[in-house]
Amino acid sequence: MAIPTAHFLILAALLFGVGAAGVLLRRSGIAILLGIELMLNAGNLALAAFSSQHGNLDGQVFVFFVMAVAAAEVAVGLAILVAIFRKGQSIDVDRLNILRW
Amino acid sequence: MVTAVFLVAAILAVVSAIVAVSHRDPVFNVLSLVVTFFCVAVNYALLGAHFLAAAQILVYAGAILVLFLFVIMLLGAPQTGGDEVKRPVQKSAGLALAAIVAVGGALLALTLKIAPAEAVPAANTQAIGRLLITTYGFAFELISVLLLAAMVGALVLVKRKH
Amino acid sequence: MLNLLWLVLVFPLAGAVALLAGARRFNHAITSAIGVGSVGLSLLVTLGSLLSYAGRHGEVVGMTLFRWIAAGDLAVDFSLRLDPLSAVMLFFVTFVGFLIHVYSVSYMHDEPPSAFARYFAYLNLFMFAMLTLVLGANLLVLFVGWEGVGLCSYLLIGFYFEKDWCAAAGKKAFIVNRLGDFGFLLAIFLAFKVFGTVDFAALEAAVAAHPELAAQWVTPIALLLFVGAIGKSAQLPLYVWLPDAMAGPTPVSALIHAATMVTAGVYMVARSSFLFAASPTALLVVAAVGGLTALFAATIGLAQNDIKKVLAYSTVSQLGYMFLGAGAGAFAAAIFHVFTHAFFKACLFLGSGSVIHACGGEQDMRKMGGLKKHMPATYWTFLVATLALAGIPFFAGFFSKDEILARVFAAGAGNLHGFGTAYLVLWGLGVIGAFLTAFYMFRAVYMTFHGEFKGGHEAEHHLHESPGLMVWPLRILAVGSIVVGFLGVSKAMVFNFGDPNWFEPFLHPVAPAVEVEGAHVGLGIEWMLIALSVGVAVAGIWLARRFYFGPEAGQRPARLAASMPGLYAAVANKYYVDEGYDRAIVQPVNKVAYALWKGLDTVVIDGTLVSLAFFTEITGDLLRFLQTGNVRNYSLMVLAGAVAAAAWLLL
Repeated sequence: MAIPTAHFLILAALLFGVGAAGVLLRRSGIAILLGIELMLNAGNLALAAFSSQHGNLDGQVFVFFVMAVAAAEVAVGLAILVAIFRKGQSIDVDRLNILRW
Repeated sequence: MVTAVFLVAAILAVVSAIVAVSHRDPVFNVLSLVVTFFCVAVNYALLGAHFLAAAQILVYAGAILVLFLFVIMLLGAPQTGGDEVKRPVQKSAGLALAAIVAVGGALLALTLKIAPAEAVPAANTQAIGRLLITTYGFAFELISVLLLAAMVGALVLVKRKH
Repeated sequence: MLNLLWLVLVFPLAGAVALLAGARRFNHAITSAIGVGSVGLSLLVTLGSLLSYAGRHGEVVGMTLFRWIAAGDLAVDFSLRLDPLSAVMLFFVTFVGFLIHVYSVSYMHDEPPSAFARYFAYLNLFMFAMLTLVLGANLLVLFVGWEGVGLCSYLLIGFYFEKDWCAAAGKKAFIVNRLGDFGFLLAIFLAFKVFGTVDFAALEAAVAAHPELAAQWVTPIALLLFVGAIGKSAQLPLYVWLPDAMAGPTPVSALIHAATMVTAGVYMVARSSFLFAASPTALLVVAAVGGLTALFAATIGLAQNDIKKVLAYSTVSQLGYMFLGAGAGAFAAAIFHVFTHAFFKACLFLGSGSVIHACGGEQDMRKMGGLKKHMPATYWTFLVATLALAGIPFFAGFFSKDEILARVFAAGAGNLHGFGTAYLVLWGLGVIGAFLTAFYMFRAVYMTFHGEFKGGHEAEHHLHESPGLMVWPLRILAVGSIVVGFLGVSKAMVFNFGDPNWFEPFLHPVAPAVEVEGAHVGLGIEWMLIALSVGVAVAGIWLARRFYFGPEAGQRPARLAASMPGLYAAVANKYYVDEGYDRAIVQPVNKVAYALWKGLDTVVIDGTLVSLAFFTEITGDLLRFLQTGNVRNYSLMVLAGAVAAAAWLLL
């Protein structure tokens, strides 16, 4: 008996929520990026679940591309973080408020 | 049997995700995220997406999180703490929003009438490979360009001025 | 040449545009060449066209230039119409206009080049507008010219706009004219509504074809048209702008306020003669206003000391005569007086310009005198024109004025439309006015040219005859003041041997006189009338001579004035009409405008704008708190927005 798609979706939703919490509640840049990765994975999981439900492989190809994009994004994000660290010796995002009114 | 595997993987994924997000030490965060990704890979396999399962472990756990570890080590495992402005509104609003998203998504999943999953073609990897080269060939090439751009961007960003 | 008639309009317009464009760069020679040349070319085309037209026996020649308005039922073309009436007007407008342009080259030569160019540009523009008015085939084209001459009048009266009183005079002219234009517009609207057309030929046919409509509507339309004429031709009560208009340069006064623009009202009445002929009430109103104005203005002219003001009131008075004639149904006689008046009044104004130029800008006659020996050419031409104006036989004014008075008398005696008594009274007013006219004009001649110069020795040394460019137009106009009268010699004068009157039959196809039944004024009565008008004129000249000529000049009138100080003050102050208007109309309007400004403009309108700006500022001040610079805040907002959008889409 196959697992109903709904279960996967619930899992994806929960993971997404946890990732969102991480992004919104943590002050460290690294933690925020980790939360973003978690959200992306949740999305990938939902995509794969739907793809398997329709019997269509397009969803999985989409997931492949999302993975590639996530990799690129992490690379650049971490590079930015390193650059900021070098500037201010801190990765606390609350200190980055130059664009304040 | 399958259901049991799923349940274990699911619960482990959520638990380690929570740990990944809440622990103080960044290394701990990364390592528990590895566990989460592993569970997600298991889920992919349960869905019949074998290629994706493999790709997940290779790319995410093997490359991305390793990159995270490199940067953490590079920065000297910094931690944030101490003199912070208490932001109760932000914290509660954030928590509430995340909860809404999670619960709302779950409820939505339950209410949607979805047919049970069908069988998946066996030679999954081969089929995906064929798709990537033929139908999505252009996107495939574009992704390589994207990765190139990311590489260059990352290099430029961290270049030291001598 | 007839199909080139439109060039008559184009040449002055092109001249005006060229001069306005190049006002700063042209020197006097180029400006004169363009300004005078364009009118000269216009004159040549006119003469050529009229020569071609001469063989057509009064046929109406139309020429459509382009479709101007096409909106639903209303289709109006920009069309020109050459018929006997417009041919007459066309001739003297271009001829006198050309002479005045030539005169202006010399009169205005002291002006700096840009002002000189501006002057000629406006003058050319005026010629264009006046010719459009005269050649228009429908009410709307005429109105374009009408408004155009009003505009140019404003521009030229206020030519020396740095002086406040000149600018004010220009404004006064334009505003008072506007009041008349309001009536004119209402007439056009009414004509279109009732008869469905504004074209003169079509309108005439429509009036004839619908007698029941005509009976009801012709009077209001005619009266409203006449309101326009009252404004433009300075009749009671809208004459007040013309004396003030003397603030402009003298050639402007000659062209616009003597020969051409002010006669546009008479032209318009003659053009619409079919409307007036069908409405006895309107005719009477025209005659009454004209007659009263003729006398009223003549009385004011008695006590004026500025030479140009005397001529201005004389113009108002003579225009009154023209309307008096038109109101008695004698449209051709009125136009004949317009024609002769153009020559002698222009000559008088240009002559006064010559005098003013010699006296170094002085216009007060009390400071002149004895100019006869210093400026003989000016004196003789001025005298000829004055004799014409006074109505002395064989000079032009005699024939035209006498014709008018004879026709008014005939209307009275023949009880035209039952208003016989009224017409007789008006005739009486006209005769008195003729007496006064002769008197005050010769008063002006004696005070200016005879006796001793009273302006001081310094000025006396500067007295000289004016240069050729100024004197030759005077001479030509003076000759005209004698010659053109012979075009309209009435039958009675040749004792009914044939009909030497060329004017009346020429205009008959387009402006037929209203026949007065039962008015066969016999030859004897006609000659008595002639004797009366001549006698009255001679009496006026004699009285002026008694008062203002010779060693005791000025003493008798001074004693007379001292013996009735109140009356003299009233007349000298123009019966305080301007002051009355100021109190009754101008001040209240100013108060209302001021109140509207303070209450409505600054508070409501400005307030709305200011509060809009204020509101925007407040909003900005509040919204800026969204920008905390905190990454987590931003991500919260992004996520919240995404969730909201997703919820909207799914639910």
